[in-house]
Amino acid sequence: MKSFGGPALFLDRSDINTDEIIPAKYLTEITKEDLKPYLLEDLKLQGFDPKSEATKNAGVVVSRANFGCGSSREHAPWVFEVNGMYAVIAQSFARIFRQNMFNCGMAAIELSAEQIDQLFSFAGAADAAIRIDVEKGSLTVTGGGREESMSFEISPFDQALVLAGGWVDYADLKY
Amino acid sequence: MGMTTAQKIFAAHLVDEPFAGTKVLNIDVVMCHEITTPIAIADLMARGKDRVFDAGKIKAVIDHVTPSKDSKTATQAKMLRDWARRHQIKDFFDVGANGVCHALFPEKGFIRPGNTVIMGDSHTCTHGAFGAFAAGVGTTDLEVGILKGVCAFREPKTIRVNLNGTLPKGVYAKDAILRVIGHLGVNGATDRVIEFAGPVVAAMSMESRMTLCNMAIEAGGTSGICMPDMVTVEYLWPFIAEAFAGKEEALAAYGAWCSDADAQYEQVIDLDLSELAPLCTFGYKPDQVKNVTEMAGTVVDQVYLGSCTNGRLEDLRVAAAILKGKKIAPGVRAILSPATPQVYKDAAAEGLIEIFMDAGFCVTNPTCGACLGMSNGVLAEGEVCASTTNRNFMGRMGKGGMVHLLSPATAAASAIEGKLADPRKYL
Ligand code: SF4
Repeated sequence: MKSFGGPALFLDRSDINTDEIIPAKYLTEITKEDLKPYLLEDLKLQGFDPKSEATKNAGVVVSRANFGCGSSREHAPWVFEVNGMYAVIAQSFARIFRQNMFNCGMAAIELSAEQIDQLFSFAGAADAAIRIDVEKGSLTVTGGGREESMSFEISPFDQALVLAGGWVDYADLKY
Repeated sequence: MGMTTAQKIFAAHLVDEPFAGTKVLNIDVVMCHEITTPIAIADLMARGKDRVFDAGKIKAVIDHVTPSKDSKTATQAKMLRDWARRHQIKDFFDVGANGVCHALFPEKGFIRPGNTVIMGDSHTCTHGAFGAFAAGVGTTDLEVGILKGVCAFREPKTIRVNLNGTLPKGVYAKDAILRVIGHLGVNGATDRVIEFAGPVVAAMSMESRMTLCNMAIEAGGTSGICMPDMVTVEYLWPFIAEAFAGKEEALAAYGAWCSDADAQYEQVIDLDLSELAPLCTFGYKPDQVKNVTEMAGTVVDQVYLGSCTNGRLEDLRVAAAILKGKKIAPGVRAILSPATPQVYKDAAAEGLIEIFMDAGFCVTNPTCGACLGMSNGVLAEGEVCASTTNRNFMGRMGKGGMVHLLSPATAAASAIEGKLADPRKYL
């Protein structure tokens, strides 16, 4: 199983779509690794720079509602994966993006609006980081000398996919 | 207790419920295109699992960028082509026979009421127009679909949308679905099936129903669904005539998939469309919808007519009726991509292609092309496009471009004026 956590990248907007995560013009790449430089290239958000060190070093993404809406492209989870971001935390996800994350053995974690607000209260801290324990369903956020913990739920199936490292081997064994 | 169409399909296709709330279904039709499938193929090969569960149930097409525009897209096409050959997938559509997947596959009669359908493409929801459960999936789900013929879903709840009244003149399925998305919002139907019903749907052609279901995903929906009726049977008849003694018998068989009268819905929405005006989007989200009259005068650089939403013969007829004998405005460029070779051929036979060309349209081969900003009409920074497609995300048709989603009629009127325009004055 992948380990989940690291410096947090805060994307303070709802409805961040798959075209913003990885523009269609890069869908012609044949390997996941080739996607790496194009992470969030078209996302226009105040204070956000796709090329900054903070973006490149992040290990977890935190965002608002309906994250990953739009196309079915699994390139969206992949571009996070090859950049070492194995978890996205949001108030809600588009269905296909959420499933794609778990199918790749990554985590799409849904929290309440209040919990997301709490996480965003750490956005100002340069050292904001989140540790996630997928099996226990808990996470800890630290930054600016503060620390807070919260719990979350993911479905048993999604958890099984994370533990199995993805859906292909799981399904081929079972069906 | 009664069941919805989606519940019936889930019950009939259930293979396993590994955990409460997760249902693994067997899949009747697995569709593939050259953007999302090659990576699945490569991964299967790397795992030593280069197999297909049933070549007869797999359909494949090169449609997103075709004919290939560069080495990379040529490689993607080749990977799909070689794979289809290797596994003897006979329903494979290459250059010359290819068209936009969600228009081409229905036209070939591949989708039947009660089917489960997946594809590595979010607009797979289109096929729900036939009373099927049709869901877009990612590459991994597609890969498992190819290998094992199964897919896992959370059983979706159903939102029923009753479209009441009658569509006024100049108002079409595209306006109806924009109205629905405006009502639901971009995630109002996440993990939900949208069941379209009511007199407006009953009066619609299969083409129009596909336009409706096509954009269910723009409200977050897993699948759109229209219940099968005589319109469905008539459309499918050339493909099913041998299986049934008559159309009534087919209707009775397919009708079994219709939602029961006492089915439970999570939500029922009633919209009266009798007063609906032509609509268009104004922002970067498909739920940002206004009457075209409010946007009239917005200058456009390009008009695009095509895609899995509105590139069918019915759409071309509506637009051509408005364009007949007219010219597009100076300074605007207009592009038509008929969604399939059959649409192209029929449009030519009816004289529609000539009308478009006389008006000043560029007519391209059937392809997704500009719809996702990959080829054949990509926008430049700051350009504005009046488009019959389904997605207006920032950068969708080209970095820095602005897309206004609208009906083929509104696209035609906008081409004539070079500005967003109300089509009703041309009817
Ligand atoms: S026409 Fe556009 S929306 Fe439809 S399948 Fe092609 S790229 Fe996707």
